[in-house]
Parts: sequence; structure tokens; C-alpha cells
Amino acid sequence: MIDLQGYGPRLLEGAMVTLELALLSLVLAVILGLLTASAKLSRNRAIHAIGTLYTTLIRGVPDLVLMMLLFYGGQIGINMLTDQLYDAFDVDIFINVDAFVAGVITIGLIFGAYMGETFRGAFQSVEEGQMEAARAYGMSPWLAFRRVRFPLMMRHALPGIGNNWMVLLKTTALVSIIGLTDMVRVAAEATKATHEPFLFMLPVAGIYLIIASLSEWGFAKLSKRYSTGFGEASEWTN
Amino acid sequence: MDQLNAWFTQLLAGNAIFTANTLGFYWNGLVTTVQLVFLCLLLGILLAIPLAIGRGSKRWWIKWPIYAYTYVFRGTPLLIQLYLVYYGVVFFNGIQDTIFWEVFKDAFYPALIAFTLNTAAYTTEIFRGAIKNTAKGEIEAARAYGMSKGLMMRRIILPSAFRRALPAYGNEVIFMLHASAVASVVTIMDLTGAAYYVYARFYAPFPAFIFVALIYLCLTFSIMFVFRRLEKRLLAHLRPRGA
Repeated sequence: MIDLQGYGPRLLEGAMVTLELALLSLVLAVILGLLTASAKLSRNRAIHAIGTLYTTLIRGVPDLVLMMLLFYGGQIGINMLTDQLYDAFDVDIFINVDAFVAGVITIGLIFGAYMGETFRGAFQSVEEGQMEAARAYGMSPWLAFRRVRFPLMMRHALPGIGNNWMVLLKTTALVSIIGLTDMVRVAAEATKATHEPFLFMLPVAGIYLIIASLSEWGFAKLSKRYSTGFGEASEWTN
Repeated sequence: MDQLNAWFTQLLAGNAIFTANTLGFYWNGLVTTVQLVFLCLLLGILLAIPLAIGRGSKRWWIKWPIYAYTYVFRGTPLLIQLYLVYYGVVFFNGIQDTIFWEVFKDAFYPALIAFTLNTAAYTTEIFRGAIKNTAKGEIEAARAYGMSKGLMMRRIILPSAFRRALPAYGNEVIFMLHASAVASVVTIMDLTGAAYYVYARFYAPFPAFIFVALIYLCLTFSIMFVFRRLEKRLLAHLRPRGA
């Protein structure tokens, strides 16, 4: 394989970390996004306010600052919590914040806010008549969501999800700053050791481009699928 | 002034972390961040206008290199671009002996170059989309007046395209403000750098980062407010009638 002065295998491992991190955060972000969208569309004032506060705060602060806050603050916060538990109930637990888990939670939390906005717009663009029809068929709320609202919503949400995914993928590079060994960190270490930035940074940039291009292709296929029955699919793929 | 000073000292009394000293750090960080973001946005626009026009050219040798540039810079993380420029300069053999070193020994300029190239790529695509969406009638009217291509671009297409690009460009400005936080990685003492310094010195993540998050929030809201006002003024003709 490509050796890259012995850094080749480590770079590949780092690439796997990047990919795993990105995919797991995406799952978390989609779940949080759906919850946030429902909260923001809720008639309950308090729930609506919480959803709005979450999206506004997260989208107004840089990813890196949030990441540092959650990563450096997370451990201290959890320690304080477990200390209190120990004082109050004599329960002795120790939770060590793993850098990878912290990374997934942070990125998921950040992009949950962006996904929330995407899903909210998409939910609103589903015609009410469709849901009325589903109710008229006697579908339970969950079945109506799964069979009617969700597939119809996805057609509007996919371009936004695609964009968010591309940004999320690039944001994973930031975890190298808080100490997670993704491919950017390996490349940065190799650069400092060998003084050859282009040898390591360019392949890493290339891997990001490959993942981005493959995802673009995948999203084009997906949106074609979710646009069946809505005329020219190519309208939605750009 | 003395009164203000006394009030301020009293306000800070009993506060171990937010002393006049650390607040000075935050202030300098704010200045650095604003300078960096403002300069890179300005240079980015200057680069993006000709690139956006070229991106719509019919000649492949103009169109494709620009597309390749925007694709690469939009498809890779800013952090990588920053590392490439920063380490590319620092580890360039013999640069320490040349006159360029005077400029580049400060990490500010490599960061400015990386940020400019990055935002120019995004801005190019935003402008290109706006140019492409120019109403056909406007172009026909310009042609009917016998305008040359250059004049038509200057008087008709670009002014209307800029207006349409405004909302997307406002997002790009906020995006750049947030992305500029990575400058702290290459030894620049921007807002995030200042927050990290305070965190590391006092081992107090919550005050250090929440305070800086609030500053970023204020900056973000100010930018949003300015762009809302601009949109209201410049896009008045696009608002639904009677609203």
C-alpha cells in the first residue's frame, strides 16, 4: 500500500475514524432534528420555546467553541454530578468521557439544530390533505407518520440533509483539535515531524473530496427515489 | 471616567476569572477575529466577482479551472486548507532568509490567505447562482438598448444579481465568522484563542467558553440584523404586494 514515510496505515485508520464519526453523528443529528422539528411545530408553548432556543443558540455559536465547551466542560460537569451523587446517596460511579463519544455527541448536537430547521420546513410542505386522507383510512398517528408524512417530507428535506451532511463531514476535522485521532490529526502530526505538509495534507483533502463526491452521487439517487410521482426527478437533484 | 473605573473595579471584585487582564485578552481576541473576518470577506468578494463571471463563460478553459477551484475548496475542510497554507509557508525551505518572512512569520497572513481562498470559493458559487437567475426580460431589454456585453454586466446583471445573492451571502458571512474560530489552532489569539487561554490558565471551561459563546452570539445577531435591514431595503420589490 501507499507508505507515506510509514504514516500510510495510520492515515487510513484515521480516515476510518473520520467516517465512523461522521456517520454516527449523522444518525444522532437526524434523530435530534426530527425531535426538534416536532418541538418547533408543537402547539405547546414551552416545547416550542425549547426547540427555538436550542436551534438559535447552536446556530449562533461556532462549532469549535461548542465542541471545546462540551469536551473540556463535559468531564468536569460529569465529575461534579457524580460527586453530588456520592455525597447525597453514597453511590460511587466514575464516568470517563471518551473523546470519540464526546465528538459524536457534540457534532450530533450541533447538526441536530440544522437538521431541525430542514425538517421543519419539509414537514410544513406536506399537504394537510394527505394526512387527512391517512386519518380517514384509520391509520394510527405512528403509521400515518411512517407511511405518509415521512416519505412525502423526505422529498423536500433531502437537498437540505445533503447540504448538512457535507458540512458535517467537514466539521469532523475539528475533532482533531480536541484530541481525537482522525485523519487530520495524523496528517498534522506527520507534517510537524517531517516538515512536509503537502505530502500528508493533500491525500487527506483528496479523501474528503472522494467521500463528498460519493455522497453527492448517493443523494442524487435517493432524491430520485423520493421524487417518484412528482415529475422530472432532475429538478431536485441539483 | 474615574467613576466608571471604580464601578468597573467593583463589578469585577471577588471574581477570580474575569479580571481586567483576561477581559483584555477577550477584547484583543474580538479585534483579531473581526479584522480577520472582515478582511477575508472583502478580499473574497473582490476575487469572487470576476470568478463568478468567468464561471458562466462559454470557454471551457475559463469555466472548468474555476469550477475545479470552487469544488476543491468547498469540498475540503477549512482546517486542512489552513494547515496547507500555514505549514506550506512555515516549512518552505529558505523562506526564513527572504523578505517574505517578515510578513509570514505572523500566522495572521497565512490564515488570511486560507480564509480568503475559502470564502471566495463559496461566494463565487453564490454569485454565479444569482447571475444565472437573472430574469431573461432584463437581459433582452438591455440588448434592445444596444448595450455591449460589458455594460450589460455592469449596469444590469451584476446589480440585480447582488441583490438576489444577499440572503445567501448573509449566511456566508455568519459561516465565515464561525469558521474563523479555527484560526486559534495556528497560534492566532482570536476570540476562541483567548477563551482557550483563559480555560487553560484557570481550568474553568464553563465561564471561559460560555462567555466567548455569548460574544459570538452577539456578533451573529448583529450580522443577521444588518442583513435583514439590507434585504428589506434592497429586496423591497420582491416582497408580496400588500404585505
